Amino acid sequence: MAEPLLRTRFPRGAVVPIIAAAIWWLASSTDLLSGPMAVSPWQVIQTPFLDASGRELWGALLASILRVFAGGLLGGVAGLILGYVAGMYRAAGLGLAPTIHTVRQVALFAWIPLLTAWFGNGEGTKLVFTALSAFFPLFLATEQGIRQVPRPLAEVAETLALRPTTRILRLYLPAALPNIYVGLQIAALSAWIGTIGAEYAIGNGRGLGSYIASARDQFRMDIVIIGVFALAAGGVLLAAAIRLATSKLSPWNREI
Amino acid sequence: MINALSIEHVSKSYVLEGASRPVLKDVSFQVRHNEIVAIVGASGCGKSTLLRLIVGLDDAYRGSIIRGGPDGSASAKVGMVFQDHRLYPWLTVESNIGLAFDNTNLSASARRQRVRYYLDLVGLGDYARAYPRQLSGGMAQRAAIARALAQEPDILLMDEPFGALDSILRMRLQDELLTIWERNRVSIVIVTHDVEEALYLADRVLVMEPNPGRIRDVFEVGLPRPRDRGGFVLSDLKKRCLSTLV
Repeated sequence: MAEPLLRTRFPRGAVVPIIAAAIWWLASSTDLLSGPMAVSPWQVIQTPFLDASGRELWGALLASILRVFAGGLLGGVAGLILGYVAGMYRAAGLGLAPTIHTVRQVALFAWIPLLTAWFGNGEGTKLVFTALSAFFPLFLATEQGIRQVPRPLAEVAETLALRPTTRILRLYLPAALPNIYVGLQIAALSAWIGTIGAEYAIGNGRGLGSYIASARDQFRMDIVIIGVFALAAGGVLLAAAIRLATSKLSPWNREI
Repeated sequence: MINALSIEHVSKSYVLEGASRPVLKDVSFQVRHNEIVAIVGASGCGKSTLLRLIVGLDDAYRGSIIRGGPDGSASAKVGMVFQDHRLYPWLTVESNIGLAFDNTNLSASARRQRVRYYLDLVGLGDYARAYPRQLSGGMAQRAAIARALAQEPDILLMDEPFGALDSILRMRLQDELLTIWERNRVSIVIVTHDVEEALYLADRVLVMEPNPGRIRDVFEVGLPRPRDRGGFVLSDLKKRCLSTLV
């Protein structure tokens, strides 16, 4: 009986990466992979600890995380508020939503030339770009969530003569929360991609994106690869943090 | 003002596919203070619509609805219990009931006290901190009744409040409702499709018929409470009531 238990504990998702790493390791140790661009797994693992420019990874990662939080908060709050207004009031919904839905169709990275023209080649553009990438998912999710508030519950608010603030805090926000949570997860990942993308495209300052960009310019494949790993790890951590926070925030959905 | 509620010549119609369809036609009746009036009728006779008009969820109608306060003032408080409990799933039972005091100037401690009082009244004292999904159907419905009562309404409207419950639980809640009604001076208008329930609870039973919804007949149930569910008078009334309905 113990055996199937053990078997289920082995993370099946790890099989493909382990096989890929093994092939990579074999290829580089048998000189199948060679040339200036070839690096071994061991080299890549050592880079962030032993190499002088490799060690900058940590600072870059921290800078990107701070940026994704600052920009994400900015855009997320804006998306939440505008999404609430658009979902709640017919006039606002009719006036606001078509514009936002149209603007959303513009590929995110097409904004970079405009944004750099408006906000310069520095922190401002990166923040605005991150905010923009968090804004759309949260706007959409909140708008939908508010629209889907069950009519029967809204009628109760009517018969109990609830005050407007109570309606927002006790009815509309909690009812829209499942949608907002999904929007938040999409927004977090979108903001992370936005942050890295903006750093990469603008190329200056501290951050994972510019870190990878400059490593590429110097043909440092070990740094590029560890940078990509850090990027993936950052995304996974961000998603996990959001999931944890959201499950803590809705106790009524927990099991009895 | 002697009536808690006066409905005068109320008519309402929906527009469906360009044609106007009457749901209520010239409905008039009065509810005295502290009286229980039951409305029975086939589905589609507009009895739920009538309650929605009285509570103010819909104000597109002709005629007049006057909600008289207890001391002659013309602004009675109206509470409503729906067929589904409609508790907010993200609030505990006590917070749900607490919503009834949202639009009052009561202090926090007075609110807590009253929430407790109404929780005990419906026998949910031990479930203050439970979420609605942790309650059974009957408990949730009792919580909904507590929430409506906590508004301390002059008129309590109930739209098939026990319709979704099994028959034993239904009888128990009917008795609970009568106990509560005796303790709190309140007029009740209860819509039901169950003739027995109507006759057991009400002082008067209005029988409605559909297409368009109108009052067909009124039965006075002049029996003292508690009533004998299987008693001769109730059975006879039930027979007469059903003969107008079917």
